[in-house]
Amino acid sequence: MRRGIAATALVAALGVTLAACGSDNGSTGGTKGSGELSGTVTWWDTSTVGSEDKVFKKLAEDFTKKHPKVKVNYVNVPFGDAQNKFKNAAQSGSGAPDVIRAEVAWTPDFANLGYLAPLDGTAALKDQDDFLKQAAASTKYNGKTYAVPQVIDSMGIFYNKKIFKEAGVEVPKTVDELKSVSAKIKQKTGKTGLYLRGDDAYWFLSFLYGEGGDLVNADTKTVTIDNAAGVKAMKTVQELVDSKAAITDATNGWDNMQAAFKDGKVAMMINGPWAVADTYTGKEFADKANLGIAPVPAGSAGQGAPQGGHNLAVYAGSKNLDASYAFVEYMSSPEVQAKAAAELSLLPTRTSVYGKSEVAMNPMISFFKPVVEKAVERPWIPETGSLFAPLVTEYTKVLTHQTTPEQGAKTAGESYRKLLKDWK
Amino acid sequence: MAVDTSSQSVAKAAGDDVARGRSRGTGHRRGPVKRSLSTHWYAWAMVAPVVVVIGVIIGYPLVRGIWLSLTDANERNVERSIGVNHIPATYEFVGLDNYADALTGSQFLGTLGWTLVWTVSCVSVTFALGLVLANMLNRKMAGRSVYRMLLILPWAVPGFVSVFAWRFLYDERRGILNQLLAGGGIDAVPWLNDPTWAKFSVIAVNVWLGVPFMMVALLGGLQSIPGEMYEAAEMDGANAWQRFRHITLPGLRSVSTTVILLSTIWTFNMFPVIFLLTRGGPGEATQILVTQAYKFSFEISPRDYAQSSTWGVLILILLMVFAAVYRRVLRKQGEVW
Repeated sequence: MRRGIAATALVAALGVTLAACGSDNGSTGGTKGSGELSGTVTWWDTSTVGSEDKVFKKLAEDFTKKHPKVKVNYVNVPFGDAQNKFKNAAQSGSGAPDVIRAEVAWTPDFANLGYLAPLDGTAALKDQDDFLKQAAASTKYNGKTYAVPQVIDSMGIFYNKKIFKEAGVEVPKTVDELKSVSAKIKQKTGKTGLYLRGDDAYWFLSFLYGEGGDLVNADTKTVTIDNAAGVKAMKTVQELVDSKAAITDATNGWDNMQAAFKDGKVAMMINGPWAVADTYTGKEFADKANLGIAPVPAGSAGQGAPQGGHNLAVYAGSKNLDASYAFVEYMSSPEVQAKAAAELSLLPTRTSVYGKSEVAMNPMISFFKPVVEKAVERPWIPETGSLFAPLVTEYTKVLTHQTTPEQGAKTAGESYRKLLKDWK
Repeated sequence: MAVDTSSQSVAKAAGDDVARGRSRGTGHRRGPVKRSLSTHWYAWAMVAPVVVVIGVIIGYPLVRGIWLSLTDANERNVERSIGVNHIPATYEFVGLDNYADALTGSQFLGTLGWTLVWTVSCVSVTFALGLVLANMLNRKMAGRSVYRMLLILPWAVPGFVSVFAWRFLYDERRGILNQLLAGGGIDAVPWLNDPTWAKFSVIAVNVWLGVPFMMVALLGGLQSIPGEMYEAAEMDGANAWQRFRHITLPGLRSVSTTVILLSTIWTFNMFPVIFLLTRGGPGEATQILVTQAYKFSFEISPRDYAQSSTWGVLILILLMVFAAVYRRVLRKQGEVW
């Protein structure tokens, strides 16, 4: 009997690790013949909880005003979990939303796996020429369009003006200045200069681009993360932490970063427009004017911030395709984008929206607009969404001294070559 | 019908017959299956649903997993049908390539090394603590039942709740542990951010979660040892250590061998503690075999089902070997198990 229990426990535990691949799917495309749209549209939003989500929920539910028979089911899925959650649901054919807010790098990955419905010729793609070119780049795959850009973003240094004044320092323009400014802040105020996220490789990109490096080069089919620039960038971030110019965490990085900055425990963080609304809720920024923002520090090859953003994509297995197309069209319409921009300082993806006064007047948006125009795009290949997982492991290992910058870059490169067959 | 008795005694007789027949190793020559079916149809009918259920919920995933480990299946080449898109399966049989890759690469062996350290340290510390607490609680003292309740508490709280609670305690910047240390003038400890501390932290949480089970099981064992033996030993002048060494430990043997085996298997596959506390980090410092297998299947892109299944099968083999060896050792020591 005991053996029976042990064997059951064994097999049950094993069962967790064994992925069975479901293939059942009885749904058919829900195209209604004519007339009014009806049904339910489930939307998975991944915006920041506590600030952005409230605004997006309201905007999404307002869709009902236009289409009274359509019910919008708003679900906020934490950004960090959304990619895997959607993949699980999409592949098993049950539980996937009709519309998902997909990060730019996920879009070609999902499209390649067959999870997304092509949008060409549907209601979702209205006024396509109005979209910013960089924002639309990630929505195309194999000659078709699989998503509509919702927001575009990039990164900059967020700084606490009060602390800077106390320490008598200027905003650092280079990584070297970042170190000396941090040292001065520590000396004068006892506070730490920078919070550097150690659990997400996206925060590493501006240092990588700053050294003239990149993850891969899709034109020449070359892996570039392990070249000299990649190694230098790994060294740079390691030195920032070692010299106590920056603090970092290997877990819970987002919450700790926001808490430390909002409470005035660190003077700077690197972040993007998606953090603005949340940052304003901190006690240090009750006076919004205390929040300063500047371009990311330059490495030896200049400034380079990554271009990111989110798209709205429709699940191929949705039972309400028409309503979903209409929902995507509505959520990316100029009116909705203008409202999101005004309330959350998020960057619209339509050229026309930037002309509206409430958008043009927003200081955060007017700062990020030129940054986005110069930001470094990732190659929009299906594997783009797969490049971070191996990198973040090595990045964290370098920051915690489990490996050297050289070895870390090399290992990341090796896993990229395994992923991208026949690349150099 | 060869046997003409009531159905109840048929079932009973059938069981006896089979047991005797097997242990003696004498086979019936004339169609044993057919004979067994016609004689023991009632027993078979009772057993059949269980066999079917086990076959479906255990056998199928197991066979499927073993099959996947012999292919190059991943997220891109498995069959799936989503709405209008139907994508056929295109993965191929690759034989034992996955096993060769796993066993010759450094990743599996490295992870296995830490998994063994993790298992041995968790089980030994948990067992030692459980034994001490069980002995303390076995004495007659005031408020014994209250202590017992309190010590069983970690067991009663759902695992993920307690692990999340520990995550908050461990937080380097805002966690209570570091605030307490700061009150004592000690620098913040990077509980989950430093590889060595992270290993220590996950072991500590697992020990905390595992002690109640050990304690309760050993307490039960202690109470089955007759008090007269201690009295007799005391009369003969045995001191406390001698009584513990020569009465308590041998008396606990059958309980402790079982709990150690179970605990080893559970700890080896203890997914939630590692996954929820550190996700295997920082880097890969606390990644054990099951969490890495999960990572292959659910966290990397494209999901590598073949690799994940390979690791799963290897885990199964390792634990089966362990159980077999353990059993043999016990049998040599005269333990019936």
